[in-house]
Amino acid sequence: MLDDLDRRLLRYLQADPQARISDLAERSGVTNATATRRLDRLADQGILKGQRTRINWQALGYAVEVSLRFTLDKTHANAMAEFQEAARAIPEVLAIQTFLGRVDVRLSVIARDLAHYQTLYREAILTLPHIAEIEALMHISTIKTEEALPV
Amino acid sequence: MIDLDAADRTILRALEADATLSAGALGRIAGLSQPAAWRRLQRLREAGVIAGRRIELDAVKLGFGVTVFLGVKLATKGRVSLEDFERAVSAIPEVQTVQHVLGLYDYRLRVVARDIADFERVLRRRIMLLPGVGDVEANVLLSEERRAGPI
Repeated sequence: MLDDLDRRLLRYLQADPQARISDLAERSGVTNATATRRLDRLADQGILKGQRTRINWQALGYAVEVSLRFTLDKTHANAMAEFQEAARAIPEVLAIQTFLGRVDVRLSVIARDLAHYQTLYREAILTLPHIAEIEALMHISTIKTEEALPV
Repeated sequence: MIDLDAADRTILRALEADATLSAGALGRIAGLSQPAAWRRLQRLREAGVIAGRRIELDAVKLGFGVTVFLGVKLATKGRVSLEDFERAVSAIPEVQTVQHVLGLYDYRLRVVARDIADFERVLRRRIMLLPGVGDVEANVLLSEERRAGPI
């Protein structure tokens, strides 16, 4: 189980992923060796899985982001699996999430502009299999995005 | 906006999966020398394509068994200050992301909780008490797949 020191290290690391071990150790009040050992142990336990780069899609010319929420036609036994398989083939899809609730699956989609989005929507999205209903939420702004866990 | 060639794309894809890769390691992956990879990395950073890092933690192993997406509609638009709502919702530790959207809802929140009972506590004592909150729709996340995107 995690103790207070593990939690503190994870909190500081989530707040500042680029922090050096010496900074993390100092803020947690332990030696570099102790901090390193703890972080290694968290990695060995599969709790600390790694660091990924967040890509700024706007800097690459993708100005539009849309959340597409689908209800699927569940009379087909493999509706969900076939839908997911087809969605993976669309490069502009950043995430595929499945849900328990009114919405079955959600795709996070980016496009260069509204014209590009319209083309994507008609040619790639509407042709996905087993769609019963679609709702779109257009992203205006992101207010909080750390995705930090309150450890 | 920045144009990417094949080597840039290889570097970005590798970095997306592992932000800790050195210029030397990236060079080996993309078939470039260490200085050449470093120059490309600098160019990507300067163009703002690399937005930062995200620490990847195993939420379930840390005791967060439930992730819920909430669609929130503000009750009295015009009379409620969006800034007040955004500030209050961002301060809730269990709320991981806040997005302002256009469509059926005004905001989209990603919320983590230990279990359904814990989620109910967050919903009743935190979310429902936010200034201006109206209709709330909840969808429990079953699975999530992040894709590399169009690079």
